Amino acid sequence: MTKHFDRELEKLKKKILSLGALVEERVYLAIKAIESRDSDLAKKIIHSDHEIDETEVEVEEECLKILALYQPVAIDLRFIVAVIKINNDLERIGDQAVNIAERIQSIAKYPKISFHFDYTEMAEIAAAMLKQSLDALINLDIDMAFRILTLDDEVDDIQGNAYSQIKQAMREHPEEMTYLINLYLISRHLERVADHATNIAEEVIYLIEGEIVRHGKYL
Amino acid sequence: MSSGPIRLDNNYLLMNTQASIIPTDQDEIERINAHSEHRVTNLIHGKKMEQLKSARDKPRETVGEPFVEYPRMTCRDVDVYYGDKQAIRNVSVDIAGNEVISMIGPSGCGKSTFIRCLNRMNDTIEGCRVTGEIILDGMDIYDKQVDVVPLRAQVGMVFQKPNPFPKSIYDNVAYGPKIHGLSRSRLELEEIVESSLKRAGLWEEVKDQLNQPGTSLSGGQQQRLCIARAIAVGPEVILMDEPCSALDPIATGRIEDLIHELKRQFSIVIVTHSMQQAARVSQRTAYFHLGNLIEVGQTDQVFTSPRHKLTQDYITGRIG
Repeated sequence: MTKHFDRELEKLKKKILSLGALVEERVYLAIKAIESRDSDLAKKIIHSDHEIDETEVEVEEECLKILALYQPVAIDLRFIVAVIKINNDLERIGDQAVNIAERIQSIAKYPKISFHFDYTEMAEIAAAMLKQSLDALINLDIDMAFRILTLDDEVDDIQGNAYSQIKQAMREHPEEMTYLINLYLISRHLERVADHATNIAEEVIYLIEGEIVRHGKYL
Repeated sequence: MSSGPIRLDNNYLLMNTQASIIPTDQDEIERINAHSEHRVTNLIHGKKMEQLKSARDKPRETVGEPFVEYPRMTCRDVDVYYGDKQAIRNVSVDIAGNEVISMIGPSGCGKSTFIRCLNRMNDTIEGCRVTGEIILDGMDIYDKQVDVVPLRAQVGMVFQKPNPFPKSIYDNVAYGPKIHGLSRSRLELEEIVESSLKRAGLWEEVKDQLNQPGTSLSGGQQQRLCIARAIAVGPEVILMDEPCSALDPIATGRIEDLIHELKRQFSIVIVTHSMQQAARVSQRTAYFHLGNLIEVGQTDQVFTSPRHKLTQDYITGRIG
């Protein structure tokens, strides 16, 4: 029974990691689309989201099956619970990539105006957080998971900057309101990507330590 | 999961590691953690292996919360020997009032031996020697002056296989109160029988057939009859040695419901091989391994985040 069970866990692990890889790729594409304002790329991101959705459902079904058939406890139970939650976070990150792509499609219609907010740093941090959260999951690296929690503040700060700068730009260019709103929303979506990566890191900590560190409990 | 430079106490997280090569002694693990991974490899495979083995032969410290604020029974430094063989090593634990504590562990780990010490059932086994202190209501139950007959009324026992006396249902329950002189009249005795059968959840099923032999009942009913027999003599603690292992899931469910009810009045120590049962019925869980009490903790904590690697390995089915 244990061998069988370990095989099931291994299968689930592979599946959640392949979902992670899929989501990571979409986030990179979304970031590339922000830089290049490429609406074709945006379209590709939007149209391929179903792959993520399907994998998410498969992972969830695997988890339910393992819970029903093996009644795991201790580390195995924490692993399944963590996977269920991480699965959800990954799917939501995929949605954020789609949201970014939709914003890019709107923005791409407009000729470049004088105001532009550089999202490079924010996107880099958010993508790094996602990558590291998945690495922390693979290697069960609790130190890395804790580091991710601190990175989230940097993303929030940049979003704050984007908010004040774009607000200012709205005052100066009220005729560009639609463009600026879409530009601002990108910061919102990137911030959500970072939030979900933080959630994943928190789940990894729970998986390793058995301690729930959500809601600032780690501070 | 790929392996990486992870602290040893996290080693159990690596699903593919071989449990046998990982040192299990807590002090040893702490010491090893202070060294590099390279050293760890040397230490496990090299000369130190023997030291690790000898560490395994020593009694272990129990992790978790073996002691409670208001214990009904306290056990301190209990050792049990069968001839030269030591079956229980230095076990210290409290049994709280009105709690269900489950004892889990692989076969031969000493859990049954241990609970049989709690009402001196081991006295009947030749060559069995118990040292240490087991105190019930301020009295060491192994004191020479203690009479085991009233002791076994105070600390009742329910066995794996239902073992009703070859008597009527009524007499099965009435026998104990009669020999312990707990009733002054027939009427009083009848009241004890009725209330015991009611508390054991059996009254409605047998009230019209009290003169039928106890053995005519189904397995689950027989086990509840044995529980009624145990509670008829007014115990403080009830020991249950795998009480459901011979029962189907429905009869098991009824016994488990009964355990929940009985907890209000008694302390219950249950030995079980079913982890799910331990999780369902008990407030605290104690894990035994090779005669050592490895870990005692709140049941929910033990089954979500056990503190000791051995507990983790056992409850996740990776040793046993």
